[in-house]
Amino acid sequence: MENFFVSLEHLISVQTVYIVILMVFLGIEVISHVPSILHTPLMSGANAIHGVIVIGAIIVLGKVESNNIPALAIGFTAVLVGTLNVVGGFVVTDRMLEMFKKKK
Amino acid sequence: METVTQDILAAAYLIASVSYILGLKMLSKPDTARKGNIIAAIGMALAIFATIFLYSENGNPVGNKIYIFVALIIGTLIGVRAARTVQMTQMPEMVSLFNGMGGLCAALIGIIEIYHTQSTEKTKLLAICAGLVIGTISFSGSMIAWGKLTGRFSDKIFPMQQFLNIGLMTIILVMAGAIILSPVVNPVMLYMELLLCVGYGILFVLPIGGADMPVVISLLNSFTGVAAACAGFLYNNMAMLTGGILVGSAGTILTILMCKAMNRSLTNVLIGAFKAQGPKEAETDNGGQIKEVSLSDAAVMMSYAKKVMIVPGYGLAVAQAQHTCHELEKALEEKGVEVRYAIHPVAGRMPGHMNVLLAEADVSYSKLLEMDEANLEFSTTDVVMILGANDVVNPAAKNNKLSPIYGMPILEVDHAHAVIVNKRSMSAGYAGIKNELFYEPQTSMLFGDAKKVLQQLVSEIKAN
Repeated sequence: MENFFVSLEHLISVQTVYIVILMVFLGIEVISHVPSILHTPLMSGANAIHGVIVIGAIIVLGKVESNNIPALAIGFTAVLVGTLNVVGGFVVTDRMLEMFKKKK
Repeated sequence: METVTQDILAAAYLIASVSYILGLKMLSKPDTARKGNIIAAIGMALAIFATIFLYSENGNPVGNKIYIFVALIIGTLIGVRAARTVQMTQMPEMVSLFNGMGGLCAALIGIIEIYHTQSTEKTKLLAICAGLVIGTISFSGSMIAWGKLTGRFSDKIFPMQQFLNIGLMTIILVMAGAIILSPVVNPVMLYMELLLCVGYGILFVLPIGGADMPVVISLLNSFTGVAAACAGFLYNNMAMLTGGILVGSAGTILTILMCKAMNRSLTNVLIGAFKAQGPKEAETDNGGQIKEVSLSDAAVMMSYAKKVMIVPGYGLAVAQAQHTCHELEKALEEKGVEVRYAIHPVAGRMPGHMNVLLAEADVSYSKLLEMDEANLEFSTTDVVMILGANDVVNPAAKNNKLSPIYGMPILEVDHAHAVIVNKRSMSAGYAGIKNELFYEPQTSMLFGDAKKVLQQLVSEIKAN
């Protein structure tokens, strides 16, 4: 059990806790002033941002031993679907917003 | 050298985090929205490339770069193609699909990491398991949501479903605890856990009604955000942590805002109480008769009106009639009629979806009135044209306390001089509730597919 808390301290520093809590409030603050007409593009934009998970996939694939075929395959798929999430998300959002701008 | 690269990487992640916040902030204003999206995308690209070239773990840089680049390129090609070719009306399912991909990514990371982690590093295992469970549920849930929106699956409710879900969740949590505490990773247990999570995601989304899917997608969106944040904890990676938490909290608020617009609580949506209450509703049948109007009469009514208000709804989106709707607007304006659109916050398939659709058809921004503005104008409106909307104009929400939609804000179209309702048939709306509006004396019905009816109306008006 002691081990647990030692490693807990290592994993979650005070700064991390600060960042998490401030980010939660920031997320709420940013969203709550959005007019309902922008809900769909906003949801789509947020969807693209959580595609940041692809960084984790890159780190994982980057450290897999090159003879471990199953792990390579899983890591490769992870990077691929993560990229889909990021790229698809941003492009779709841009397409929606392009229409808003056109007739100004 | 090592520390310098790590500092540059940290700076890149900081810029990326700021770009997400700035991006979301700018996305919340129509004028800056597009720029905001691009800023967030640039920040993301920076974070991704900085990771590939600068990241190192215990002095080892990122290997397998060829595989990484091939996966990035294939993902980009498919992603761009899918995003470019999707129909505007199919947007909700596209978002759901991309969200599912993010969840899958989180789950796959967990599967590899769990084998690379010492069983003594319990907190690491905790972060891995949390990402694994949340990611998998988000993935399977999003796939079901996507299937429902594309009409591949229908709603399925069976008795005791809520208890089954709670039971399943308990088993998932207990097993996750066992995986974290056990001295070695047991593959059988890991795959059982994954299977249970897939099952939970399916059971979680399957009973929820098709029209509530946007709420569910928004919720799953925030789930994936939390899964990304778990990976951020795992690698102590600030870009993932900030991005994930930001989406997690913003997504939750967006979900609540959507529920509020429908005047329902989140639990209500998730348990599907809408359906359960429907049949019990005390219907006040006043024995009224509906009145049909012919196309040419409707055309005349609108051509000689001073102000026409168009109320677009789900039916317009399904019939893909947004362009024809814009033609109607132009034809009427040539006759000197003032045309406005009244947009209910939940019209269409997602909040704000109707605005996107009408924007696609070149309808001017200034003609779209939000609900509160529109409600002030109905009393001076001559003709209201309702296109495939039903529940959002149902007066039962105002005056029938027994109605399941009682209390939901509606467009008060009954204040207008005349109301024309275009529907495909007399069937009830999504909520399965009868609409008293159709029996009002000033209301007349114009049956048919929204697109066909609009096309005929346009030619009639032009001929007048």
